[in-house]
Amino acid sequence: MSLAVAPRADTDQRGRAEPSGPLVRLEGVTKIFANGTVALAGLDLAIGRHEFVSLLGPSGCGKSTALRLIAGLARPTSGRIRGPEGAARGAAGFVFQEPTLMPWATVFDNVWLPLRLQGIGRRQAEGPVAEALAMVGLAEFARAYPRELSGGMKMRVSIARALVTRPSLLLMDEPFAALDEITRLKLNDELLALWRAQSWTVVFVTHSVYESVYLSTRIVVMAPRPGRVVADLPIEAPWPRDEAFRTSPAYNALCRRVSAELHRAMGS
Amino acid sequence: MASALEPATTSLPAAAAPAERAPGDDRLARILAPALIAVLVVAGWEAIVRLNEIPHYILPGPSLVARELVESWPILWPSLLITVKIAGLALLAAVVGGVGLALLCSISKWIELSLFPYAVVLQVTPVVSIAPLILIYVDEPLTAVVLCAWIVAFFPILSNTMLGLASADHNLRDLFELYGASRWQQLLLLRLPTALPYFLGGLRIAGGLALIGAVVAEYVAGTAGTGTGLAFRVLEAQYRLNIPRMFAGLLLLALTGVAIYLLFGALSHLLLHRWHESALRREP
Repeated sequence: MSLAVAPRADTDQRGRAEPSGPLVRLEGVTKIFANGTVALAGLDLAIGRHEFVSLLGPSGCGKSTALRLIAGLARPTSGRIRGPEGAARGAAGFVFQEPTLMPWATVFDNVWLPLRLQGIGRRQAEGPVAEALAMVGLAEFARAYPRELSGGMKMRVSIARALVTRPSLLLMDEPFAALDEITRLKLNDELLALWRAQSWTVVFVTHSVYESVYLSTRIVVMAPRPGRVVADLPIEAPWPRDEAFRTSPAYNALCRRVSAELHRAMGS
Repeated sequence: MASALEPATTSLPAAAAPAERAPGDDRLARILAPALIAVLVVAGWEAIVRLNEIPHYILPGPSLVARELVESWPILWPSLLITVKIAGLALLAAVVGGVGLALLCSISKWIELSLFPYAVVLQVTPVVSIAPLILIYVDEPLTAVVLCAWIVAFFPILSNTMLGLASADHNLRDLFELYGASRWQQLLLLRLPTALPYFLGGLRIAGGLALIGAVVAEYVAGTAGTGTGLAFRVLEAQYRLNIPRMFAGLLLLALTGVAIYLLFGALSHLLLHRWHESALRREP
């Protein structure tokens, strides 16, 4: 499967003048669920433009909750969240752990959905949908139904759907956790290629040290009970990252360091 | 001897064929296995009647029932049409009422809380005991009988559609919320498609129940009812000790029930076969 990465005129100039300051800012954000669980306690986090930030931690550390708060799918119990301008209207794309496709709709209709909900008709959506499907290498599958696709292909459709509104921020909640190793590595590479070409900001929730080190420019290590940030590590590995990087001593050293932080976070 | 019974055995494969659920050997088995049972039962029945010389006013043999079916066809066929019309009207009203109320319940918790218990009451009260009252208060006989059948058919559609409307995938709901979908968009693009397989399941049950409801209502109504439905003909045959015609009428009713079931099965397959698990062909 090849990637057709077409730079987009409106977003690809990295040196372009943009509003300064972080794209997303969480200030003292606490989230307590109705059952009393403290999912997040006083989280401070600023995510800059074009960063690829992984939220890494064991289950229950509030990393998914943080992502849902950024997306506006949940409200904080206290604290402030500033998202990208005009969030909730396509400024942020969200990719769930499951592909979360509508089984009754074709691939085209699934990817069209975010635009359709904004009142954009089928005709007008044809261009953007085709472009998004081409980005994930599924241009020929527009008329297929989800059940005719493999797990990896479904996840690609899910990513295409998140990209179709041309979001500045991509929120991903363990998107590849349910996929097999080979498919996951492949999708990691594709995601990185897209991110580098399109200069989005990505917030990526994962519990895999190796995945986060490979992908990120920065890893935020979180700990549970209550959910909090325990380490904030820049990953200054060179680009492009590929198979050679994955087997390099530098990669191993980074993984060891992140693992150590994670173990410290879990108190072991 | 079983010539008149043949529709019973051939109608099954004829309706199953467009469904194309099982290829090759399996399809043949679907035809042959029930056909074999039919042949055995009919032959055994005929044999018992002949060997024991059972009089036809106690138990008529299949050959006699078949002859009666053919001879009284001019009487039975128009009656069948009336019964089917009653069941059809009741089912239509059940779909409109059931889906309508399910939608109202999904829009407002208060409507659900205040109306659903009465839907349950309506469902659990035996129609046989309500029918005489309905016949007293509703002057128009056709309306009264349709109303009885509607009471029976309505609940499966209501409860299944309600379950379906509430079954939308949680992540998909989040997705719709993320993109600021209106309630109307959520209903049209998410909840209704999710509810479709549930609704069709309810429709299959309700189709058979509408027929049963129509028959029960006709029985209770007797001469006070429309007076010409198939159930009335069966009743009439019983009064006249025309047992072969009773069997012929019952046979027609049973076949009608099977036809309704197969019709909605085919409809279900038509609407779901592209995407739903229930219509998926599995490799052996």
